[in-house]
Amino acid sequence: MAEVLGKVGNLTWIELKLFLREPLSLAFVFAYPLIVIVVLGGFFRDAPVEVGPLAGFDMMESYVPAYIGLVIASVGLLGLPVHLAGYRELGVLRRFRASGLPPWALFGSQGAVTLAMAVAGGAVLVVTGMAAFDTGLPQSVAGVAAAFMLTVFCFTAIGTLLGAVMPNARSTLGFGLILWFVMMMLSGTDGPLPAMPGWLQTVAEALPLTHAVRALQYPWVGLGWYWEENLVLLGAGAVAWLLAARVIRWE
Amino acid sequence: MFVVEVSELCKSYGDRLAVDDASLSVERGEIFGLIGPNGAGKTTVIECIEGLRVPDRGRIRVLGLDPVRDGREMRRLIGCQLQDSALPHRIKVREALKLFASLAPGASRWEELLEQWGLADKRDAAFGSLSGGQRQRLFVALALVNDPEVVFLDEMTTGLDPAARRTAWDLIRRLRDRGATVILVTHFMDEAEELCDWLAVMRQGRIIAADSPRGLIDRFAPGINITFSSENGDLGWLEQLEPVHSMSRRGRRVSLEADSDALVAVAGALFEHGLHPADLDVNRPSLEDVFLALTGERAADEPAVSSGEGGSGGSGGQAGGGPGGAAAGHNRAESPRMIKGVRRG
Repeated sequence: MAEVLGKVGNLTWIELKLFLREPLSLAFVFAYPLIVIVVLGGFFRDAPVEVGPLAGFDMMESYVPAYIGLVIASVGLLGLPVHLAGYRELGVLRRFRASGLPPWALFGSQGAVTLAMAVAGGAVLVVTGMAAFDTGLPQSVAGVAAAFMLTVFCFTAIGTLLGAVMPNARSTLGFGLILWFVMMMLSGTDGPLPAMPGWLQTVAEALPLTHAVRALQYPWVGLGWYWEENLVLLGAGAVAWLLAARVIRWE
Repeated sequence: MFVVEVSELCKSYGDRLAVDDASLSVERGEIFGLIGPNGAGKTTVIECIEGLRVPDRGRIRVLGLDPVRDGREMRRLIGCQLQDSALPHRIKVREALKLFASLAPGASRWEELLEQWGLADKRDAAFGSLSGGQRQRLFVALALVNDPEVVFLDEMTTGLDPAARRTAWDLIRRLRDRGATVILVTHFMDEAEELCDWLAVMRQGRIIAADSPRGLIDRFAPGINITFSSENGDLGWLEQLEPVHSMSRRGRRVSLEADSDALVAVAGALFEHGLHPADLDVNRPSLEDVFLALTGERAADEPAVSSGEGGSGGSGGQAGGGPGGAAAGHNRAESPRMIKGVRRG
């Protein structure tokens, strides 16, 4: 067991360092949400949410958890799959396999990196919110933590699936960016869902980030755990993991 | 005892038969070379043995283990340098070695490997910034990080400069001397001749010959070529010598095709006839000639940087595959590991 943990631990440590050396991932995990929250804060400081179930709550209080969800989605849709597809394209996966690295050790380390980045990106958002816009900490820390973990689980799976099926790093980046833009605009991170026309709301309901944002927002503002959304994240993640395990190609 | 045994291996990609009924066996502690033209199936054979590809048919045993069934156990005991692989561009040399050492329980020699393979001053360099030769050396070091009993090197010296190739050869010999078995794929005939105790020649997916380098030369490129200069117009008596097959002249230059033991007879006859040519020379065939005879193709040229260096000519032939290589080869020439159906290309 110690040996197994050692393998994943070493790989995770290296992967973490590699992630931090990649400017693109840093931009999406740290810079983008930071810039957006500062700009949004400039517009909506002290304004309440006007429509939907969060109506009446402070706008910035709803944005902080939403952008934590977006950070996780960025790692899952861009960082992780581009990294994995690049590994396959370059022959790194072959190299790992020839050294007897079990596949789950690689997946495990990717999950750990995603989690670490999500925590770091989330912390940046929370601290910025507190320092600049008087936002607070979650009303239900446990509820947010659970939703946070499930979101990481779900997007690690989606990222691994993308990295498993896309032919190379460039196409993965292109496809990941499309998914990322759509999710960013429709998932409630860039404007309240209830203000959108019906057909767009239907599309939004099909996107995992929509569910992640709600699962994070409810316990954050004090509306309690959103069990259904947590289950959606769990289910979507499990399906994506199963698919990824079936279709992963090593070369 | 054979460390690696392959019998009747077949592997196709789509409808292309990459390996066709290949059998080979590798003895403990030898350097075994697989040579052949591009696309002959060498890498496929190696990758099947390494467990990276699943054969269509045939039986493979590595240290008694089945690469497909006992893959994990086998990988602890072997080291692989792959032909097409890379590392993340931003990983540092030191990190890569440490990482791969961590995948192998008990491996702790990575610092030593860093020194041995001339990477000590590159330890903090990113993989992406390394030259081709440095990358290659790093890959060999990675293959050795778990102190393997069997080491697979697929075109290990491609991209190395002449000095680095020589160093690599020395290190490979040292590995063998420590008891490891080395299996290498190469398209440099000087490397095969210099380094390998036993060679298998592949062509179009089949193994068409297997022997020591010396044995292959004796079988497939027998005879020597003797040259000297002389003003004497009538040298017909040389052609009467029993081991001499033919003679040709171009101006003063005389060239004899003869059996490999003809030199003493020719020198003696010249002496008797009062001829003392200062440029009496003997050209022994090299593995290059065997390759040409067996595959109908020229072996890949040496990298441009190293042309003029290295001994692909007569000098390499005398080395005969390292100390004791030729003798060992002869002893085993009749052993069951001789491949059936070995024939001239």
